[in-house]
Amino acid sequence: MLDARDLHVTFNAGTPIETRALRGMTLAIPSGQFVTVIGSNGAGKSTLLNAVSGDLVVDSGRIELDGVDVTRQPVWERADRVARVFQDPMAGTCEDLTIEENLALADTRGGRRGFGRAVKAARRDEYRAHLATLGLGLENRLEDRIGLLSGGQRQAVSLLMASLRPSRILLLDEHTAALDPRTADFVLQLTVRIVAEHQLTTMMVTHSMRQALDVGERTVMLHQGQVVLDVSGEQRKGLDVPDLLAMFERVRGEQLSDDSLLLG
Amino acid sequence: MSLYTLLGALEIGLIFALVALGVLISFRILRFPDLTVDGSFPLGGAVAATLISAGADPFSATLAAIVAGAVAGFVTGWLNVKLRIMDLLASILVMTALYSINLRVMGRPNVPLISEPTVFQLLQPEAIVDYVFRPLLLVLIVIVAKLLLDWYFATQNGLAMRATGSNGRMSRAQGVNTGWMVLGGIALSNGLVGLAGALFAQTQGGADISMGIGTIVIGLAAVIIGESILPSRRIFYATLAVILGAIIYRFFVALALNSEFIGLKAQDLNLVTAVLVAIALVLPLLKRRLVARKAG
Repeated sequence: MLDARDLHVTFNAGTPIETRALRGMTLAIPSGQFVTVIGSNGAGKSTLLNAVSGDLVVDSGRIELDGVDVTRQPVWERADRVARVFQDPMAGTCEDLTIEENLALADTRGGRRGFGRAVKAARRDEYRAHLATLGLGLENRLEDRIGLLSGGQRQAVSLLMASLRPSRILLLDEHTAALDPRTADFVLQLTVRIVAEHQLTTMMVTHSMRQALDVGERTVMLHQGQVVLDVSGEQRKGLDVPDLLAMFERVRGEQLSDDSLLLG
Repeated sequence: MSLYTLLGALEIGLIFALVALGVLISFRILRFPDLTVDGSFPLGGAVAATLISAGADPFSATLAAIVAGAVAGFVTGWLNVKLRIMDLLASILVMTALYSINLRVMGRPNVPLISEPTVFQLLQPEAIVDYVFRPLLLVLIVIVAKLLLDWYFATQNGLAMRATGSNGRMSRAQGVNTGWMVLGGIALSNGLVGLAGALFAQTQGGADISMGIGTIVIGLAAVIIGESILPSRRIFYATLAVILGAIIYRFFVALALNSEFIGLKAQDLNLVTAVLVAIALVLPLLKRRLVARKAG
């Protein structure tokens, strides 16, 4: 489970382009829950994700994964707890390595990497079986360079890689945004299947309100570096995109009037 | 060209094959433009020659040269990873510092090895003449180095190093401490170059302060020539390619310098190098055009 408390991140502090990306962000995700995160540009979605992954060090606040404080741990040190799929299909895999080498790399995520053979014969059969479930014919291309694959195929492999080893949280960073609609849909369905299969605690950032409501069991909306809306259960079932949009407008409006009160 | 010059070209080609393997690790696998080699090559030579002329056993002296080269590489990596100095600049700083250090190690601009024993003399059987035995032993050393690298890059640790150069962000997300991988990789690379320097000093009659000039260019030339004749991203072929590249490079240099009708002399070496590298760089393009013309 994820427990992020009172996170603050400010970019370019003390300069005219100072940006307060996170302003007391607090979010807890219980084990096994699939949460979708939405918000406009600059709401703090990516910042939150990068703070949890360790790509970014928060100015203040505390991040716990299953009770372990990871706030100050660099990315590679918390990798045994955090699995991740990037937005850019090129970013999540090593194009110079073969498909099986990429899988082998993910197979030792967060573990000790010694001088044993990276791609073991016994594991190769398992990789083949995993790849076969994608239905892309990749099980016959284990020794192909992953750079030869299309963006959608690489993203599908990235998802597989993220689920090879157990994780405390799976971070999905708009991982379908760079794909064409059909492929995006395929990768999304795959995501739902893999998350359900392994009962992964998941945080999916998305630009699409439709996507945010269709998958997962809880939706969180961010605005100005804080959680402004948090719906789940029955309340969420009845929601549609226009409702969400209306809520979003209302939140933004309130924020504006807050500011006007301050200024007035 | 006589058999003697041919074997001489092979001998130097094989020594620079070790440099080329080092350059393959830094420039290609880690994508770290490392010029330290211009300093670590003479460092290897200086350490080995000084120790041998002081009476040390040539094998221990060669081992010390490898360690010295690795330490030089480690310093470059450390400046880059821990102090955040740009990779190219970090390597230039170490290369510059090594010029002084090499003079300190030798205590003078050169240390000759004329009557002192070398690893080649100690291992040479009665039945084989020295100019045949030297390339033979070097072939063995290069093959062992190549196979060790092939083995390492197939291990989990080696795979993490390859991933570090290919996609650092993804590697970190997979739990790879990429900083240490760069440190280790550049140390490994310069350890190989130190070995090359030590063997160079022991085959060419000693170490000289200027023996490192242009090492990186020759190493890169070998890598580029190798890649253009045997293009492959598989480690087994990549290591084989740069070894062949180094030998072919020396062979063509010997050919150019020893052909009376061209009229080239030893001072034209760098010009020949530049022309060879340019040809190797253009070769793949010409090949593509030829294929396209045939297809069209």
